[in-house]
Amino acid sequence: MPKVAYFRVTPERQQILLKGLVLSICCVLAFCVRLFSVLRFESVIHEFDPYFNYRTTKFLTEEGFYSFHNWFDDAAWYPLGRIIGGTIYPGLMVTAATIYKFLHFINIPIDIRNMCVFLAPLFSSLTTIVTYLLTKELSNSSAGLLAAAFIAVVPGYISRSVAGSYDNEGIAIFCMLLTYYFWIKSVKSGNVFWSVLCSIAYFYMVSSWGGYVFLINLIPIHVLFCIITGRFSHRIYVAYTTVYCVGTILSMQISFVGFQPVQTSEHMGALGVFGLCQIVSFVAFLRKKLSAANFAILWQTMLYLIGGVVIAAVLVLTVSGKIAPWTGRFYSLLDPSYAKNNIPIIASVSEHQPTTWSSFYFDLHMLVFMFPVGLYVCFKDINDHNMFIILYGVTSMYFAAVMVRLMLVLAPVMCILGAIGTNHVLTSYMKNLDSVQVVKEKKGPKGSKVDNTYPAKNEVAIGVVLGLTLFLGLFATHSIWVTAEAYSSPSIVLSARSGDGGRIIFDDFREAYYWLRQNTPEDAKIMSWWDYGYQITAMANRTIIVDNNTWNNTHISRVGQAMASTEEHAYEIMRELDVDYVLVIFGGMTGYSSDDINKFLWMVRIGGSTDRGAHIKETDYYTPTGEFRVDSEGSPTLQNCMMYKMCYYRFGQVYTEQNQPTGYDRVRNAEIGNKDFELDVLDEAYTTEHWIVRIYKVKDLDNRGNPRT
Amino acid sequence: MSSESAYSVVAKFMEDYQVKTSQKLKIIDLYLGYILITGVIQFVYCALVGTFPFNSFLSGFISCVSSFVLGVNLRLQVNPENAKEFKSIAPERAFADFLFAHVVLHLVVVNFIG
Repeated sequence: MPKVAYFRVTPERQQILLKGLVLSICCVLAFCVRLFSVLRFESVIHEFDPYFNYRTTKFLTEEGFYSFHNWFDDAAWYPLGRIIGGTIYPGLMVTAATIYKFLHFINIPIDIRNMCVFLAPLFSSLTTIVTYLLTKELSNSSAGLLAAAFIAVVPGYISRSVAGSYDNEGIAIFCMLLTYYFWIKSVKSGNVFWSVLCSIAYFYMVSSWGGYVFLINLIPIHVLFCIITGRFSHRIYVAYTTVYCVGTILSMQISFVGFQPVQTSEHMGALGVFGLCQIVSFVAFLRKKLSAANFAILWQTMLYLIGGVVIAAVLVLTVSGKIAPWTGRFYSLLDPSYAKNNIPIIASVSEHQPTTWSSFYFDLHMLVFMFPVGLYVCFKDINDHNMFIILYGVTSMYFAAVMVRLMLVLAPVMCILGAIGTNHVLTSYMKNLDSVQVVKEKKGPKGSKVDNTYPAKNEVAIGVVLGLTLFLGLFATHSIWVTAEAYSSPSIVLSARSGDGGRIIFDDFREAYYWLRQNTPEDAKIMSWWDYGYQITAMANRTIIVDNNTWNNTHISRVGQAMASTEEHAYEIMRELDVDYVLVIFGGMTGYSSDDINKFLWMVRIGGSTDRGAHIKETDYYTPTGEFRVDSEGSPTLQNCMMYKMCYYRFGQVYTEQNQPTGYDRVRNAEIGNKDFELDVLDEAYTTEHWIVRIYKVKDLDNRGNPRT
Repeated sequence: MSSESAYSVVAKFMEDYQVKTSQKLKIIDLYLGYILITGVIQFVYCALVGTFPFNSFLSGFISCVSSFVLGVNLRLQVNPENAKEFKSIAPERAFADFLFAHVVLHLVVVNFIG
């Protein structure tokens, strides 16, 4: 049908209006779909890590940037302390503080907590726009709109950017896609302007997340593949050399990164490709200038000379230790069994586990099927920038398979390639529809519309288009359902349905932390397992022994030894660490399954992994048949260790379920073995309403020096 | 073939270069040579005296490397032989981009030099 101008709006303007409308709807959708937990509970920060980020952001807005950059925190990792200024990625906090200051400047007095809660949804809207721009560069604007729609709701991205999840990944994905957008622009145009913008975006990415290592390896891999496939041109040379040089010196401005870009193996790939670029360019330059014979002679001499120098240099540097080998965290990506065998702390984090097949479908739905289609389309008309997205897709596919947490890196490229694939399919089949055919046929005879080699063209096209539309609709429904059910829980507040359908809220965590804040002396030191460290410092404002930063394995191992030993031995450790209060999480009364008894085996493994914990052996805590049981058949070492006693103190007199004896643990589904015991070295200080958090005070030394046990 | 050694090839190349390249490109090449010498001097000094403070050395050395690279990029974009690769970039635009990149680079270098 011919294009008609409605309301004096030309067809080009119509298109722009339509695109703008669709894009704005995607942005608003991206923001709104992340608000489930704010509507169901309240505007509160979720989980564990965001509490640390919130605390540092509050410090930044109150004390200013210089104090923040030089901050030494003595309230964590007692007695070691932590250099916060030099061990965080400040991008997130600086972004939140800047927007907060700007809003206050224009007289919108938003609270810092609300700023932190809503930052991630705001940046997802911006990510939608950047994804549209990136896909438009790679393919065309209709694929761009599809990609924007996909990334607005894809569960893989929502899981880490929901309102309240104030974590690095919330802005890191935006920064990453922005960097890639500028990189593609600079590769396409060969302009130094876009390359410099790419370096600045890269700097923003480095300041926001440790995953920037992926970028600084992906871009060189792209250049390397271009060299190998013979696509290396002056444009790529200009783009890469500018991005690498300016980007590297920019990235070293972040204290946490420091000199790593020139010292660690993770960054050597980029340096190597930089050198290779120079060599390839120089060789091409010579080849153009000299005749063939002359060039051959020069080539030989140069090859031996330069090759020898480079190999000698690399050998010397590696052997003398100037170039550090791969660190544990990244090495475990290449060799997934490394962490499990050697570093139990890395292996114990639930986000570091390998991804299951069902997670892929759960997080990406239809995109899992459209991803290979997109790859095929890119391979079909391959050029410099398509090669980049193919490499990005394949590498992030591998990493997402190794670690659940990296599903986040896979989600954007799945959206982009899925959109390219879907767009290609829809465009091809839409062309076959009868209603579209008329334009091409002009005034031809009616009979010429029927194509004998392709029967039922119109019907097939209608079928495919309808089918794809159905898939898209299902994708949207699935994504929103997943967001509402699985990814919108604040973790710090739990809710359950009571028998009559009403909602019960379990606010035990905050109840306990506020009890600590109001009833303990200001210099009290709290010992708990490292999971809860950040929450305790942020809400209870007390000194803690270990927290989620897990930088010191020996210190955590000491805490693990205290939890896993008998009261007598644990008392020694607690006196050594100056502990005043101990905090444990217990789910046996309510059926809350992420409690400390379920995490206990990790405490045993980590506790036993250092020298001073050599007396702790994991097999001691199992029954002779190798089971982990808390009832009367459980191992006596388990039933007398401090963690067991702290969790089950006085629990033996409580009825938890009908038709069960007292002391029935609702998580392990067993009646506990050791019921009636007294604590020798601890006093029970506070137990929350549903027994989820239990706080004990460590008794002081006996008056006359007698041993407590 | 045996009468042609690597030395004579290089000599012929230098002669060709003198004759064929334009004045504009020779100026840029001179500038690149100067930066190369500065970089080498810095590196030799660091090797002799030691790497403390490392950030200052890195800042100065990377400034040399980046200026060299940006100079090479300018030369590539301005060279009329490459015109069909850099379609939409006029020499004036190339120079403006060169200046912009240098502003960003030197801001960072001055911050890092400590």
